[in-house]
Amino acid sequence: MTDPAERRLLTPEEYLEAQNSPEFAELKRRFRRFAFPMTFAFFAWYLLYVLLSTYAPDFMATEVFGNVNLGILLGLAQFVTTFAITHLYVAHANRNTDPIADEMRERLERHDFAPGSTASSEGATRA
Amino acid sequence: MPELLAADATIGEPAVNISIFGAFVLITLFITFRASRNNKSAADYYAAGRNISGTQNGLAIAGDYLSAASFLGIAGAIAVYGYDGFLYSIGFLVAWLVALLLVAELMRNTARFTMADVLAFRMRERPVRMAAAISTLAVSLFYLLAQMAGAGGLVALLLGVSGDAAEALVVTLVGALMIFYVLVGGMRGTTYVQMIKATLLIAGAFVMTVWVLGEYGFNLSSLIGGAQDLAVEGRNVAEPGAQYGLTGTTKLDFVSLGLALVLGTAGLPHVLMRFYTVPTAKDARRSVVWAIWLIGIFYLFSLVIGYGAGALVGPAEILGAPGAVNAAAPLLAFELGGTVLLGIIAGVAFATILAVVAGLTITASASFAHDVYASVIKRGNVPPNGEVKVARITAVVIGAVSIGLGILALQAGLNIAFLVALAFAVAASANLPTILYTLFWKNFTTQGALWSIYGGLIICVGLIIFSPVVSGVEGAMFPDANFDWFPLRNPGLVSIPASFLLGWLGTKLSKEEPDQLKNAELEVRAFTGIGAEKAVQH
Repeated sequence: MTDPAERRLLTPEEYLEAQNSPEFAELKRRFRRFAFPMTFAFFAWYLLYVLLSTYAPDFMATEVFGNVNLGILLGLAQFVTTFAITHLYVAHANRNTDPIADEMRERLERHDFAPGSTASSEGATRA
Repeated sequence: MPELLAADATIGEPAVNISIFGAFVLITLFITFRASRNNKSAADYYAAGRNISGTQNGLAIAGDYLSAASFLGIAGAIAVYGYDGFLYSIGFLVAWLVALLLVAELMRNTARFTMADVLAFRMRERPVRMAAAISTLAVSLFYLLAQMAGAGGLVALLLGVSGDAAEALVVTLVGALMIFYVLVGGMRGTTYVQMIKATLLIAGAFVMTVWVLGEYGFNLSSLIGGAQDLAVEGRNVAEPGAQYGLTGTTKLDFVSLGLALVLGTAGLPHVLMRFYTVPTAKDARRSVVWAIWLIGIFYLFSLVIGYGAGALVGPAEILGAPGAVNAAAPLLAFELGGTVLLGIIAGVAFATILAVVAGLTITASASFAHDVYASVIKRGNVPPNGEVKVARITAVVIGAVSIGLGILALQAGLNIAFLVALAFAVAASANLPTILYTLFWKNFTTQGALWSIYGGLIICVGLIIFSPVVSGVEGAMFPDANFDWFPLRNPGLVSIPASFLLGWLGTKLSKEEPDQLKNAELEVRAFTGIGAEKAVQH
């Protein structure tokens, strides 16, 4: 299935070295900086919507135009924010995390993080 | 009440319905046969050789996810209860953000075929594989039950058959077809079936949506007004509370449902499995983006279809039809376009059920063959193709079990969106906490995983058994028995936090030292994609 040349597997030490490298820390930081606050935000906004529908039905029944009330509009707004967050995430990943991930993957394939390799010396905090 | 009318309430022309459905079956069978030529390895059978493109996979995910519950159940709930039915679609959609932001790419980078692959990476392999396989089978069976119940309801309405024996015969036919697709086509065949079905379903929903809006001058307000005119006495379909606003308990039930919907998707095994069919994590991301747009747009259609059914058919007629709430969309199709549109929509609905059950069956059989048979029983010593052989046998067994359950489910008459919501609750309770802990908490241990999976599963299923769904009230499975001491119909509010807590507690109380080297490998692979399974070259 895989080319035999690629089968020169990475050693556990290489993974550890890569994990401890500053660029990996940066990759993780950038991933988390977007994913965690955004998860919190959409989850809170969704819960707010559910709780308002449940415990403030009169507020949600406020008519905005004709038979369309605030609850239906906020429900449609959930669709809008979901599409928007999807778009923002893709833009963030393309711009901020993919370049680091791609570069690290190439370096790992070249075994740059193997102990003794010059390329990894900057991140070497472990013997 | 609905059953009484079954015999003479058939609508449309059964011959038209059957021939449109037959055409779909013939076309997909042909494609499945063609797809089967390349089914050689386990990666071919379980993951379509990882050669599906991101766009194709997005379409297939939509086909997998937009089950009969989405099409028939949500439209029906909106038609009868209005606003409260809308919540299903919002929860089902927002849930995809959990998959997009936290799960899809990292899982694609680290797993081969099943969710257990990721857990087994840095925990004791056999116990976690066993636990993950059991919860996968449990979720799949709940979901299958819902689909089969949907098939039964449709049959009575559309094919003009009534009576237990005839309905059982049709469920058996659906089950046999599904087994055939899975055995012959594997994941590749299943993927094509799901893509075709998603296209037909979204196109059909689009036509109905435009048609309904046209009847009301493309004015949402007058559509809702029309639905209100026919609404059940004293019920306001534009405002929240028609279904769940009655008492403090039902309000809590609504919150519980909302929680399960939003957290369930990313724990559904058949959804996770779709991420392994693409070549890279970037394609996994692309497929989720496509899926979110397709699913979101479809749910916007279903809002219009639901209110349209409420306005043009009316809840009284819907509830009186065989299949009750689930009959709303087909009845609306008949009202709008007569026999032909009904035939098309009915064919699409059958296709929907067929595609979803095929996806569920292949997931459940992969989990058994890959996790239980190959790893737990054979400890990895499996002859070439032995695993796939077992997966095929398992698919037949699961197909047979779901035929049996489907025949039983015909009697229950529950809303299938509700049954699917229970499957979501089980997935959110048993699977999601462990997936998130494994990906993001480096100290998470085997004991934590086991407590979370088994604890979440047992609490969730246990609460369902002791809820009014199963006993104590009219419309329950056993209305004459009384063991309904848990008041909520949706268990998520209790079982999901409990599972997160158990995962944390099990980890804190375990003596196991987390394996730092294995953890480094998992993390580096998850974030960079190094060492991820590659596409099969043919």
